[in-house]
Amino acid sequence: MARFLRLLFYALVARPIAWVVLGLNVRHRQRLPTTGPAIVAANHNSHLDTLVLISLFPLRLLPRLRPVAAADYFTRNPVLAWFSLNVIGILPIRREARGGADPLKPCEAALERGDILVLFPEGSRGEPEVLGRFKRGIAVLAARRPDVPVTPVFLHGLGKALPKDDPILVPFFCDVFVGEALRGNNDQAVFMAELEGRMARLADELPSPREDS
Amino acid sequence: MFSALTPNAALFLAGIFAILVIASGVVFALGRAHPDRDYTELAARVNSWWVMAGVFAAAMALDRVLSIVFLAFVSFLAMKEYFSLIPTRRADRRVLFWAYLAIPVQFYWVAIGWYGMFIIFIPVYLFLLLPLRMVTIGETTGFLRAAGSLHWGLMLTVFNLSHMAFLLALPQAANPAGGGAGLVLFLMFLTQFNDVAQYVWGKTLGRHKIIPKVSPKKTWEGFIGGVATTTLTAWLLAPHLTPLTGWEDPAAGLLIGLAGFVGDVNISALKRDLGLKDSGSLIPGHGGVLDRVDSLTFTAPLFFHYLYYLHY
Repeated sequence: MARFLRLLFYALVARPIAWVVLGLNVRHRQRLPTTGPAIVAANHNSHLDTLVLISLFPLRLLPRLRPVAAADYFTRNPVLAWFSLNVIGILPIRREARGGADPLKPCEAALERGDILVLFPEGSRGEPEVLGRFKRGIAVLAARRPDVPVTPVFLHGLGKALPKDDPILVPFFCDVFVGEALRGNNDQAVFMAELEGRMARLADELPSPREDS
Repeated sequence: MFSALTPNAALFLAGIFAILVIASGVVFALGRAHPDRDYTELAARVNSWWVMAGVFAAAMALDRVLSIVFLAFVSFLAMKEYFSLIPTRRADRRVLFWAYLAIPVQFYWVAIGWYGMFIIFIPVYLFLLLPLRMVTIGETTGFLRAAGSLHWGLMLTVFNLSHMAFLLALPQAANPAGGGAGLVLFLMFLTQFNDVAQYVWGKTLGRHKIIPKVSPKKTWEGFIGGVATTTLTAWLLAPHLTPLTGWEDPAAGLLIGLAGFVGDVNISALKRDLGLKDSGSLIPGHGGVLDRVDSLTFTAPLFFHYLYYLHY
């Protein structure tokens, strides 16, 4: 039942929003993973980010796609928790590790099952359209599973369409630039520098520096 | 099935597809004759013409309301592209939202055929409403630029383009040969044909630049050759699709040829100001939606009023 609801939601709500209401300018789509286990790492500006990223994949991969999200935010009340877990299909993780619990355990287990994780290494949506610093969790995860490709995706415009502090969706064409996958490295600093470097190069592909004040 | 088309309009639509068959044949033959050259861009452009003509023909042929909804959707795409290109203030998000809502309302006036409201809704009511919404938000930094650029885009992408849809709301009795769909086909075909004709004349004979600061590739030869071709074509087509008679036939072509050129370079100037080559990437080989409807933003209102003054 939940699986069917999720299919309906992504086919009839998320995809029309991503492709018709917004409209996506996707570059290098062929670089997206076609099978799991894999990690997709994107910058985060809007709740639309997850819907857009999942709409890039064919529907048959939907059961494999798991957006990783903060448990404290998305399960803060029962209705939101039900919707997040069953319809959006999030993989909840605990941002603040308490009592030595490993917050990345659920991610590792999902990769073990062959899932494609959708991750936002900035941690939260932050300032609209500003590329924040990446948190290191992704480096730890990638180092534990060096066989899993990590594909960087740069999103632009979604923070204009639905920013953090405003519930009204205003349509804009949005850019989605897919980078080349990289692999985990035991030196986390090297991995993070490489990931952020690829992200910055994708951001440079924007046609011109637009002033979005 | 093709209930919305008169026999002449249906025949003309078939003719458009015959031209596309020839175009695809030429691209294929070129690729065979010169395997060393790259025709990917040209092939993509012709393929996109197939898709655009196919969707347009289906919308026009099936039903009048569907045609209006389709044209409203084109306005939506053009406006969304415009708002995505220009610098907008975050404070104006709700103003942009109102501007989007103007699209269904404006095309509703078209669908019910209320000419008086159709013609003043955007130039008067939205012209007053959008600044009202802006002052209630209260952000004054960049107010003039925001108010001006929002309304300019609304006029261009919604008000101007909606004139093409209002051709469908004109009384059918005045144009038994072509019907409303015949008028839209006439305007749409000649505007796009004029673009192609100006391009082809310019490519083959172009020497003298016409407007180098805005569009360095445009030449006098392309402009004159294109306008002349469009004028002659209109002379041939107008009696079968429109109520125009005598001198009005070639004059309609002249008007579309001249206005199409201005609409084209108008968007070119906008893109040059913003430092962009294409307005978007939605249509392979063409660029964005605005790149495709640029000429129409000028030809649609001018052709409409020309026709309206003479025959309605």
